[in-house]
Amino acid sequence: MGELMDAARFSRTLDRMAHEIVERHPDLERAALVGVRSRGVPLAHRLARLVKRASGVDLPVGALDISLYRDDFTSIAAQPITKGTHIPFSIDGRSVIVVDDVLFTGRTVRAALDQLIDFGRPARIELAVLVDRGHRELPIRADYVGKTVSTSRGQIVQVKVQEEDGSDGVLIEEREPSAPPAVNRRTGPRKAPARRPQRPGKRP
Amino acid sequence: MSGFPHRHLLGIEPLEPSDIETLLDTADGLKEVLDRPIKKVPALRGKTVVNLFYEPSTRTRSSFEIAEKVLSADSLSIATAASSVTKGETLLDTAKNLEAMNPDMFVVRHSAAGAPHFLARHCRSAIINAGDGAHEHPTQALLDALTLRQRKGRLKGLRVAIVGDILHSRVARSNVWLLTKMGAEVVLCGPPTLIPPGIEALCPVTYRIDEAIEGADAVMMLRIQLERMSGGFLPSLREYFQRFGLDEARVRRAKKDVVILHPGPMNRGVEIASEVADGPYSVILDQVTNGVAVRMAVLYLLLGGSGGTA
Repeated sequence: MGELMDAARFSRTLDRMAHEIVERHPDLERAALVGVRSRGVPLAHRLARLVKRASGVDLPVGALDISLYRDDFTSIAAQPITKGTHIPFSIDGRSVIVVDDVLFTGRTVRAALDQLIDFGRPARIELAVLVDRGHRELPIRADYVGKTVSTSRGQIVQVKVQEEDGSDGVLIEEREPSAPPAVNRRTGPRKAPARRPQRPGKRP
Repeated sequence: MSGFPHRHLLGIEPLEPSDIETLLDTADGLKEVLDRPIKKVPALRGKTVVNLFYEPSTRTRSSFEIAEKVLSADSLSIATAASSVTKGETLLDTAKNLEAMNPDMFVVRHSAAGAPHFLARHCRSAIINAGDGAHEHPTQALLDALTLRQRKGRLKGLRVAIVGDILHSRVARSNVWLLTKMGAEVVLCGPPTLIPPGIEALCPVTYRIDEAIEGADAVMMLRIQLERMSGGFLPSLREYFQRFGLDEARVRRAKKDVVILHPGPMNRGVEIASEVADGPYSVILDQVTNGVAVRMAVLYLLLGGSGGTA
């Protein structure tokens, strides 16, 4: 297991991303942050605080649960939805910045975009991610990237945030070679266990 | 691992408390979809649900239909009065023929207890029990529990009185199972003729409504099911209201923040006075809204992923 970011680097990275958001939005009052559950949400709140410190502007923050918009619904079992989507403001005409921890295949972002568009018509949608690990399966790219790393498909990139995990940091680990292939009780062995959504940081 | 380890929802009795919690939490999470500008999510796109109702229903059927539409499932409802059932087709033949059209799920209401269990043994599709005779009505108990949990913040330790026609009530049975599994204290109340023998084994019974309501956190009034009574159960509806009906004076015996539930359809002036049904403590319409959320949760957890085909 290797450490990609320690807590200090983590907070400097977020701070830099917040400044980029401020720089690129002359109309900052019309922007909003929407985090993708689960770790995108605390990151969005963190960015909102840093944006306020840098510019004085309070950005509204929302949360997206993409479970109902997944495209691999037929191959994985449904997970309970405990928190759901919560966007307590109108997104019409706003610049909405979608925030997630790890950008991997791009399928989570696709689901997030579909869902956002069901909530209204934003003027623009941007994407901010803490880690871009490559291996895109869709034509999607991020506007704000904390760190780009090259990974192999089998590796796991795990983002930890204070609010949920007790400390900040980004870890990269190899899939344990001794572990048996991931088996979903209902679907049998899967060819691409890296796309199982339960573990953080490698959601499709 | 799936969040919900069942293929069918046949009743509350076979569920674990953790299953009930998963269903309620999911319903809470899904409720928000109903307030969106576009009340539709693609979760069950391409799934087909057949609503097979052998008994009349307004709330349950429309609630399932709305839940199916919001989740983007394709659904059709079969009213048996206008179907081949009137030509003498058996339940199993009807289901087998419909199943030949490849649906993923049946939502079944039937006057015979155990009809959904019978279909679950003989069909490939997932089965949801939407009420079987006087046996169980699991989604009703779940929506009652969701309403209570939203109002009280918990189920454990609540004192709940269930009053009325317990004998014919599948709602009462499902609620007794659910509430006792979740640690609530349930007391049943009704005229001796409408209390099923042996039910004392599950929870205490009283024939005096004032005793049942005393200090209650919630009172659930049940409909007098005249269509299931062959006579002899009640002297008159007027006398029933006097002895077992819920009016404002009786509500005052309960806790100050009591909530009044009724599964509907109500018989105003028989089991519940109008001023109570429309009073500030009544959560009857919340129950209806929560009904859609609960049915969305059941459909989602049973049909989501490969749940319906394994």
